[in-house]
Amino acid sequence: MERVVDPATKVSPLRKQSEWIGFGIMAAVLLIAPFVTYPMFLMQCLCFALFACAFNLLIGYVGLLSFGHALYFGWASYLAAYSAKVWGFPPELAILTGTLTATVFGFIAGSLAIRRQGIYFAMITLALAQMMFFFAVQVKFTGGEDGIQSVPRGHLLGFIDLRNETAMYLFVLAVFLGGWLFIRRIIHSPFGEVLKAIRENEPRAISLGYKTDRYKLLAFVLSATLAGLAGSTKALVVQIASLTDVNWPMSGEVVLMSLVGGLGTLFGPVIGAFVIISMQYKLASLGEWVLVIQGVIFVACVLLFRRGIIGEIANYFRIKL
Amino acid sequence: MKRTFALAAFAALLACSTAQAQQINVKIGVLTDMASIYADDTGQGSVAAANLAAQDFMKDHKNVKVEVVSADHQNKPDVGTGIASKWFDVDHVDMITDVPTSSVALAVMQVAAAKNKAAIYSGPGSSDITGPKCNANTVHWTYDTWMLANGTGKAIVKNGGDTWFFLTADYAFGHALERDTAAVVEKSGGKVLGKVRHPIATSDFSSFLLQAQASKAKVIGLANAGGDTINAIKQGAEFGITAGGQKFAGLLIFAPDIKALGLKAAQGLSFTETFYWDMNEGTRAWTKRWDKERNAAGKLPSMNHAGVYAGTMAYLQAVVAVGSAADGKAVVDKMKTMTFKDPLFGTTTVRADGRGIHPAYLFEVKKPEESKGPNDLYTLRATIPADEAFRPLKDGGCPLVKG
Amino acid sequence: MFQICLPVFLGGKCIVSAALFGQLLIGLINGSFYALLSLGLAVIFGMLNIINFAHGAQYMLGAVAAYLLLNYAGIGYWPSLIAAPIIVGAIGIAIERAFLQWLYKLDHLYGLLLTFGLALIIEGVSRHYFGTAGLPYSLPDSLQGGRNLGFMFLPNYRAWVIVASLVICFGTWFVIERTKLGAYLRAATENPNLVRAFGVNVPRMITLTYGFGVALAAFAGVMAAPIYNVSPNMGSELIIVVFAVVVIGGMGSILGAILTGFGLGVIEGLTKVFFPEASNTVIFVIMAIVLLVRPAGLFGRRA
Repeated sequence: MERVVDPATKVSPLRKQSEWIGFGIMAAVLLIAPFVTYPMFLMQCLCFALFACAFNLLIGYVGLLSFGHALYFGWASYLAAYSAKVWGFPPELAILTGTLTATVFGFIAGSLAIRRQGIYFAMITLALAQMMFFFAVQVKFTGGEDGIQSVPRGHLLGFIDLRNETAMYLFVLAVFLGGWLFIRRIIHSPFGEVLKAIRENEPRAISLGYKTDRYKLLAFVLSATLAGLAGSTKALVVQIASLTDVNWPMSGEVVLMSLVGGLGTLFGPVIGAFVIISMQYKLASLGEWVLVIQGVIFVACVLLFRRGIIGEIANYFRIKL
Repeated sequence: MKRTFALAAFAALLACSTAQAQQINVKIGVLTDMASIYADDTGQGSVAAANLAAQDFMKDHKNVKVEVVSADHQNKPDVGTGIASKWFDVDHVDMITDVPTSSVALAVMQVAAAKNKAAIYSGPGSSDITGPKCNANTVHWTYDTWMLANGTGKAIVKNGGDTWFFLTADYAFGHALERDTAAVVEKSGGKVLGKVRHPIATSDFSSFLLQAQASKAKVIGLANAGGDTINAIKQGAEFGITAGGQKFAGLLIFAPDIKALGLKAAQGLSFTETFYWDMNEGTRAWTKRWDKERNAAGKLPSMNHAGVYAGTMAYLQAVVAVGSAADGKAVVDKMKTMTFKDPLFGTTTVRADGRGIHPAYLFEVKKPEESKGPNDLYTLRATIPADEAFRPLKDGGCPLVKG
Repeated sequence: MFQICLPVFLGGKCIVSAALFGQLLIGLINGSFYALLSLGLAVIFGMLNIINFAHGAQYMLGAVAAYLLLNYAGIGYWPSLIAAPIIVGAIGIAIERAFLQWLYKLDHLYGLLLTFGLALIIEGVSRHYFGTAGLPYSLPDSLQGGRNLGFMFLPNYRAWVIVASLVICFGTWFVIERTKLGAYLRAATENPNLVRAFGVNVPRMITLTYGFGVALAAFAGVMAAPIYNVSPNMGSELIIVVFAVVVIGGMGSILGAILTGFGLGVIEGLTKVFFPEASNTVIFVIMAIVLLVRPAGLFGRRA
């Protein structure tokens, strides 16, 4: 039975450096981009790109589809916003607070969800996220419908004023690239190899003596933590944390971003995030047709285009991306 | 000396005449809900209203060019602020209008203030917009929760509905609506017998309606909106609530919602609005034009749509008086000194806290036998004069109001 | 008449017995919808191994079809109960033939993703044509009014809902578990190739099963139309709760889906009385507890 992601295609030895070349191109483009495009839009794309990469870690490299990733993204966003606004935390502490929140939630949710496989796992993650959504609606500190607004960006490390768009952009870029590199490190480590073994054939991995549940849980927590990092940063970028961030369409969107970009690739979710957010900006006046278009993309990708943009490119050139 | 004076006078004359012929360009952004719960109350109808205002204004002012753009904020504050920022920063938009959903409105008005543009609201309900969260770049047209609570609550108690039971949506907006209405009811001599809080987007109200029935209150106040209100009323008909003598009070309900309910389910419902398409010749004529511009079958203009038209017209008049749309605060300040007349709201003034003041009306939904057509929905029960309809200036807590 | 009170540490709220029975009955009515929808999901999953995320959208299509049939074809409620499921079921068959059949060889997750995409499309298009305020649909005249049972006023329509759901649910269970057709279906789920070797047209059975599951959803939609607001997003909120119901019940069992649906409806109803603010999270909380104690679900067979 065909797996969610094709096993690694045959890698031509000359193209071993493809990932680093790709990283170089990505970093260079992102450094120049704010001069050509609206920086606010770019920063949002970067946050979602990190979010999508975190999600992709689970589905692409462990084979677990989490349909409730908005839980970590959104709640990290709330805690970061609240700690920055009400407790007066500086940005790095606010982001840390948010990220740790995501880690804790990731551990709890992961422990519950790991007990089942495949489809059940996806549905459990969705249901848990929905429960926490209803909780967010009612609890006072989230501000309910209003969300937490006017979140101060503060001064990074005490002296860098993040209200300066350039400083903020460079900070967000640094967070994104750092997160991406961390994910790459996970994937190319012995731990990552075990994850891939679990994805390919879990019974065999168990028979080799690996406690697969622990590996899966750790991967889940890492994925949730990085999603939380993305959410916390986003809260400071747009200076708002709201119910949108914890609702299930947000979980669906990050799935779409990874699917379009390419599940199981390092650059796929990044491209996917940029594509989907650009589409939302450009089509904002079309109202409900955006929903339809997203649905059509889902269907088209699943039927015809399973490897996604980056996956197709990687497959064509027989490199790893 | 005489020559310098003559030269100066000549130059002044030249300047004056060029100022009169000076081209003024204004770009207006309709930020609305096009696909979700408020799409029929606002959405494309608001865009149509803004287009009508642009056309009407340009017809009378040949030197003004008004451009209208629109976008869907999907009821999300972050999407709303993202679009607003881009509109103000990149697309040269001068004024944003409509903005239903108070959470988005509160966020966007801060963006408008930060960039010194204007926000002329018709969609949101929160009375905080002209209260503690007010700012100098925002005008709030059409309605707010205080006006709804006061209008509906006071009028119903006066008509004999003096015992109330609240069905409240369990989030900030619902609580605020309940709190404001309960205060008015008690001040008018009525009594609140009880309340029950339900989660938003509840599809089944039977359990809560049973509790309301058991309370034997004469009036069941619906402190919720959109689909929740519609569901509660529909199911109330099923459980024989109105047949048993209890009446529903809709605290936030619009004409398109009534149409969705149908007269059979909604008959007898009392509520406050500031516009109804069939009130007079002016409103009827405008509705015909709106219908043509909207170009979709079976739609009714809501008071929000009317507010977008009237608010935009008022804003444009102020822009011409100031000379340009560039300084949002200056235009809004000018609006606060002018008196506006339009066929939809009558005479309107703008207060120091940004509140647009116009009359309000208590309506009751007709019985099916009383209705002469598919859009003949309301009977006018009472008119609340403009100076009584809205919260007194001193009670708002707006920092712009001195003393 | 007696009173039931919660212990003080849980809030100490009291309710008269009459009101309690009333709320239990209401819960049973809600449970009817949960049971119908989770039954549809269980049937489709059992046969196709696909989680039909579009189930909520198909439920909505059933309600919309009833509205359209009434307003454009003059077809009232009773014929719609049959006509709408057939129409929407046919749409389901078209979906299966056009999209789903290519996914059977792939990982199950693709089915979830594809039906999720379909749900977005159906909902988006519906929103465009029907707006979001809702479409009016009234109670059929023959089911108006109600009966005063002493402890509550029971609308006739609600009584009908319970009866109809019980009949359909147990009818479906009977067909699947006790008839020859059902035996073929169950065998084809276990080992399609072997069943094909016996000359049974398995692909057609799969197609018809999906169509049937979708028709069940549409049937629930028609039943919902007179009492719940008919709007394009009526399905999307409901579907996630139904997923939780299915996880609690365990996907393997038809009977499990039915019983869990009714049972959770009752529990939710009780929560609305004692803790109304928690009424939309209680099912998820139960799901979390069941997962800790019995990961396979209450009636599930696989661990």
